[in-house]
Amino acid sequence: MAKITKSPWLLHYDGSSCNGCDIEVLACLTPVYDVERFGIINTGNPKHADIFLVTGGINEKNKAVVKQLYDQMPEPKVVVAVGICACNGGVFKDAYNIIGGVDKAIPVDVYVPGCAARPEAIIDGVVKALGVLDEKQKAFKEAKKKKGAEK
Amino acid sequence: MELFIALLILFPFLAAVCQAFVKNNTVRKISVYISSAVIIAATIVFAVLNFGKEQNFVPAGFTLGGFDIVGSINYGMLAIEFILMGIITYLSFKYKKYYAALLSIVQTCFVAWLELSGNAHAVNDYLFCDNLTLILCLMIAVVGGLICVYAVGYLKDYHHHHGAEVKDRRSFFCSMLFVFLGAMFGIVFSANLIWMYFFWEITSVVSFLLIGYTKTKEAVDNSFRALWMNLLGGVGFAAAIGYAALKLHVFNLQDLVSSADPTIVIPLICLALAALTKSAQLPFSRWLMGAMVAPTPSSALLHSATMVKAGIYLLIRIAPAMTGNLVGLTVALIGGFTFFVASIRAIIHTDGKKVLAYSTISNLGLIVACCGVGINETIWAAIFLMMFHCVSKSLLFQTVGSVEHATGSRNIEDMHGLIKRYPFLAIAMTIGIAGMYLAPFGMLISKWSALQAFVDAGNIILVLLLAFGSATTLFYWTKWISKLLAYARPTIKRKDTTSLDQWISIGGHTVMMVALCLVFPFLSGSLVTPIVNSLYGTVDFKPVLSDENLFILILMIIVLALVLVAGFVVTRFMKTKQTTIYMSGIDTGDERHYVGAFDEERTMYHANWYLSDLIGTDRLMNVATAIAAAGFIIGAVLTIGGVL
Amino acid sequence: MTTIRALAAIIYIVLGALVAGLLAGLDRKFSARMQGRRGPSVFQPFYDVAKLFSKETLALNGGQFVIAFSFLILMVLTGALFFAGVDILLVFLALSTAAMFLVFAATSSNSAMSTMGAQREMMQMLAYEPMVLITAVGFYMSTQIMNGGQGSFKIVDIASGDIPSIVYLPGIFIGFLFILTIKFRKSPFDISTSHHAHQELVKGVTTDLSGRNLGMIEVAHWYENTFLLGVVALFFLSNDWWSIPLAVGAAIVVYFLETIIDNISARVKWELMVKLAWGVTIVCGGLNLLVLEYIF
Repeated sequence: MAKITKSPWLLHYDGSSCNGCDIEVLACLTPVYDVERFGIINTGNPKHADIFLVTGGINEKNKAVVKQLYDQMPEPKVVVAVGICACNGGVFKDAYNIIGGVDKAIPVDVYVPGCAARPEAIIDGVVKALGVLDEKQKAFKEAKKKKGAEK
Repeated sequence: MELFIALLILFPFLAAVCQAFVKNNTVRKISVYISSAVIIAATIVFAVLNFGKEQNFVPAGFTLGGFDIVGSINYGMLAIEFILMGIITYLSFKYKKYYAALLSIVQTCFVAWLELSGNAHAVNDYLFCDNLTLILCLMIAVVGGLICVYAVGYLKDYHHHHGAEVKDRRSFFCSMLFVFLGAMFGIVFSANLIWMYFFWEITSVVSFLLIGYTKTKEAVDNSFRALWMNLLGGVGFAAAIGYAALKLHVFNLQDLVSSADPTIVIPLICLALAALTKSAQLPFSRWLMGAMVAPTPSSALLHSATMVKAGIYLLIRIAPAMTGNLVGLTVALIGGFTFFVASIRAIIHTDGKKVLAYSTISNLGLIVACCGVGINETIWAAIFLMMFHCVSKSLLFQTVGSVEHATGSRNIEDMHGLIKRYPFLAIAMTIGIAGMYLAPFGMLISKWSALQAFVDAGNIILVLLLAFGSATTLFYWTKWISKLLAYARPTIKRKDTTSLDQWISIGGHTVMMVALCLVFPFLSGSLVTPIVNSLYGTVDFKPVLSDENLFILILMIIVLALVLVAGFVVTRFMKTKQTTIYMSGIDTGDERHYVGAFDEERTMYHANWYLSDLIGTDRLMNVATAIAAAGFIIGAVLTIGGVL
Repeated sequence: MTTIRALAAIIYIVLGALVAGLLAGLDRKFSARMQGRRGPSVFQPFYDVAKLFSKETLALNGGQFVIAFSFLILMVLTGALFFAGVDILLVFLALSTAAMFLVFAATSSNSAMSTMGAQREMMQMLAYEPMVLITAVGFYMSTQIMNGGQGSFKIVDIASGDIPSIVYLPGIFIGFLFILTIKFRKSPFDISTSHHAHQELVKGVTTDLSGRNLGMIEVAHWYENTFLLGVVALFFLSNDWWSIPLAVGAAIVVYFLETIIDNISARVKWELMVKLAWGVTIVCGGLNLLVLEYIF
């Protein structure tokens, strides 16, 4: 029935990004790229979101925050790391305060490289994430069924 | 029946005398239980015996075994009035508030002159009883009796909390509560204006004594404010009696109302003044706010079954004579205005008792407006509003009092998550609030009829005041309930200190509240409609609510109850994953703290909106008081000038 | 007559959500086109809600489900009563009771965003409630004029006058349109929660609801919107057949008018909202009532 891929809602979190990628993420909403045509909404709320879009690397301060936001998202959910910093720390990799990419805090499903990542690349990444989301939804449903059968 | 009525009026006084001498707590408890039970039982028996009848008792020249009983009662009353005057004068001089003594002396001497000069010879019956009397009696007996029971448990806690600050005068307090009940019975049974005035004065003095219970400076000031305002009303009452007796030769309330003389508007406006002060309408609202300093049972009593209802009762009785004249218009507009202004004021307070007090003033305003419009539909609504208000307000005061003892605060903000800490108190309180304003409960039904009646009466100003006042009412109640129902995990476990006495009363009230909503159609058909018919001399009055609407309302109650029950049952069996609140990712997990910028835990606090920067100034109230005072004076001058 | 009324209520229960869902989809398409975008499919709202029900539900407490469920049921009941043609005051009172549950849903969470959203939601209720009551009174007075004295609050009576009641109630209609913006949660009055992303309170009242609970609230809003458009249509109904297409047309026009307002205005502060709403209520609603009372 409900295809989660028809209504992917986003949560966008800015880690220790330089704001370059963030501007590109917002650019996706503009008429030129118009991601809403895929039903994508930038909800800004983990409890409503299906896709967690993180820009920038992880540091000591935001590690717990990213984790908590991730935990507050209902299943099924996917994580997209946008920009090279979110992928592995980027130019800040060796900075004293940076732990590394988003995968140091939470499991990442799709990596979108680039500095800054271009809107086309971001949309590509999100579409790829939708495929993962679809799989996860199937797995989620089966797990639910199995649980029901056990009861 | 005369003896039965005499028993109803005198028994509370007798109980009061007994209470005054009881010093032992156990004896007090038992005696209060017995007295309340007797009062409640006797009233119910009386109501059943006299249901649907309209009777006069004690005609002029009534004798019992050849003894001129009425004459001696009259002299006895006069003597007591002088004693009351003496008490007031003594206390006024003691606390240097001479104006109260002046007001008291003026009216008492005037009434004494009337009686002794032979100008006040009754030509008609002294007592009277119909369905309206019965409703009032039941309210006084059941709600008042339960409040006395509540008071026993409450005062024990109260003195436990306050210790040495407040002198333990429990015997006096309980005694005064019973005097109050007796005086209220007297007011509702009296047909003769002088008798009614006598009991009317007793309630003024007793409320004064109750408010000053703690004898702190604030309490004394507030009690004198209550006293002078009510005495001013008493002067109005005395003036009304004087005019009616000297010019119109009328001594009975019923005769006054049915009099065809155009100058009856003069005693009417004087009686309206008395009723407006008693019911704490603008510009006399301040005394009821000051009455908050007294222990909770007395607030519950003043706000629900007695005192303020005495004013309403008087207005309902004189409503037929106010239809369509200037007195009615003045009263209606003051009522509507008070409804709106007081409901705005209720928004700014965090103190639960203050919110309740303003809501009392506000709701009474609506009832007063209904009486002022004075057509049969509005009287129907007024009687229902009075009943619902009585029960739910009494319930609310008692629950607030118990919550205050359990948590140490009556601040609404501190009631956050009460449903988790004290579920039963929270549910009782929620039912009380729901009774005050939510569809499909009673108060709202009555408000709705009032709206329709105002439109029928063509009073657009009142319609607008009601529309805006309803919105503000909705606001302050909703934010209160939302605090109660917040599912906050309790931080500290505290024991519920509510005693059995308190639970008997709170439980009784909760059941009554729900029952009133359910038997609403029955009450309307068998109790209230006959009253309206008899007041207006009609036979075929139909309330504005059609059967279809009543059916839908009951359907709504059932749906709501089913949904809530089903919801709770389902959640019991539904496994939902627990999560934490959304706090931008920095919640510490206990719903009350978050991680600050320097990695330290900070406390999060969020409160309801009280809009105090917008409407929190006293100016609003002062301006409103001035407007209402001006309005009343203009109305009175035009009324009196119009017929002289 | 009774069967027709019952049928109307049943049709509402079955189709009410679908109509408003479709309108919401059209609204998004229309908005996108105005902004030069392609926009999502018109069925997007249905995809969204279906997804919400298929997802996991994370809850803070059991109370959230109870309250969200009550909100939905009461909203359906309100609309069904409206389309069954009963007393309009009763319907409006049921509406405010239902609206209260949305506030409780928000305050049952301890989150700052929800609590703040709840306060704003109450502020919105404070702003629109007077106009709602005055609308009911206006309908009553228009039936009074049409029937020559005997007024009625019953929707069937209001809808079967000789001429549409809008003729007598132009001021009240304007006032109602004004508060409709608040009720539809459209800009400039979408202060408690918004259909658009990125508002200062995250999602306001619905912040802490997820999955099934959020889905129920969403469906309840659809029912609410259909009901509100029904009230708009009521202004145009009379006992002539042509009034029905007129009323439906008017409701659709009003809905898209609200969309345009939504797109061309920025969110205001609540103080301004209350002042504007009450001002419009007094000026448009109050004057209209006075004219009806003293001129007709």
